[in-house]
Amino acid sequence: MSASIAVSKAPEVQYLLRIGDSCLIMAQRLAEWCGHAPVLEEDIALTNMALDLVGQARAVLTRAGELEARSGGTAHDEDQLAFLRDERDFLNLTLVELPRGDFAVTVLRNAAMATWLKLLWQRLETSSDAELAGIAGKAVKEARYHQQHAADWVLRLGGGTDESAKRLRDALVLLWPFFAEMFESDEVDAFAADTGLGPSRAALRDAWAAEMLPLLAESGLTPPAERAFRSTGTRGRHSEHMGYILAEMQHLQRAFPGAVW
Amino acid sequence: MSHAAEHEWPLWEVFVRAKSGLDHKHCGSLHAADPKMAIQLARDVYTRRQEGTSIWVVRSDQIVASDPGEKGSYFDPMEDKVYRHPTFYELPKSLDHM
Repeated sequence: MSASIAVSKAPEVQYLLRIGDSCLIMAQRLAEWCGHAPVLEEDIALTNMALDLVGQARAVLTRAGELEARSGGTAHDEDQLAFLRDERDFLNLTLVELPRGDFAVTVLRNAAMATWLKLLWQRLETSSDAELAGIAGKAVKEARYHQQHAADWVLRLGGGTDESAKRLRDALVLLWPFFAEMFESDEVDAFAADTGLGPSRAALRDAWAAEMLPLLAESGLTPPAERAFRSTGTRGRHSEHMGYILAEMQHLQRAFPGAVW
Repeated sequence: MSHAAEHEWPLWEVFVRAKSGLDHKHCGSLHAADPKMAIQLARDVYTRRQEGTSIWVVRSDQIVASDPGEKGSYFDPMEDKVYRHPTFYELPKSLDHM
């Protein structure tokens, strides 16, 4: 078995891990549709998106490892960060680790996340870290398409049959409490905002609402009431689902360190 | 029409242009509910390896095709009409690269 690595607590590293991990775990969930999507064409579309997200995760995790070294820690590469960290050191939004659910859950989460990522990448294009700005410039195009594709599906399901509309409503009730974490801010966000590394999550709230709420309304959905519950994946405290994803994602590299094909 | 076919999305033919200046080439077909979905899915299915810069889709049932049964009378008569190829006169040397 390959031992776990300890990751730098420097705020710039934590900021990047939150983004990279959210892309990585989201990709892992989307990839579960491979061979299972409702139609062949959508199967390919969903796995394309998963691969886009893996690409974004690779770039961001690579940069996180470089910043680790610069902050005086041990440099880790993308593979070490993806495959050799323990659950508590993953900093993705809890939203992306929730089970893929039915197709309504998948497309609604995709729409929410793609909108969030698009807004984030747009702002990161002017990051004080030129490397991150470069990654964002490429990723924003992908996120824009993901958003369009997912939003179209939300509209279709909302305006489709009684069954599809009901499933979409159920999906919103399930996911809504987890959206709040996309707009929480803490000392890591404050550091990023102060240094120009990137926006705080709170700074994305209004722009996200301006795009998502009209989509929900047009799809016949009413947002549930605000609740006090806050998920805490970005602080390393995850839902019960996270361990299972990591077990599946990491077991090969843990059992056969450095395995390649 | 069977019950299943009624509930199937219509078929679309997909044409992709590899780069500007070239023709759109037929590259395959897919099922989609409407034009917007057809374009998106064509993008995901047929241009994921950088094959395209532009996509056309057209409902397959909108294409009027020649009858395969008429193949003989339509196309065989051209076999022995070699004079329709412009090979029976010499081009001037100055037009060497025509």
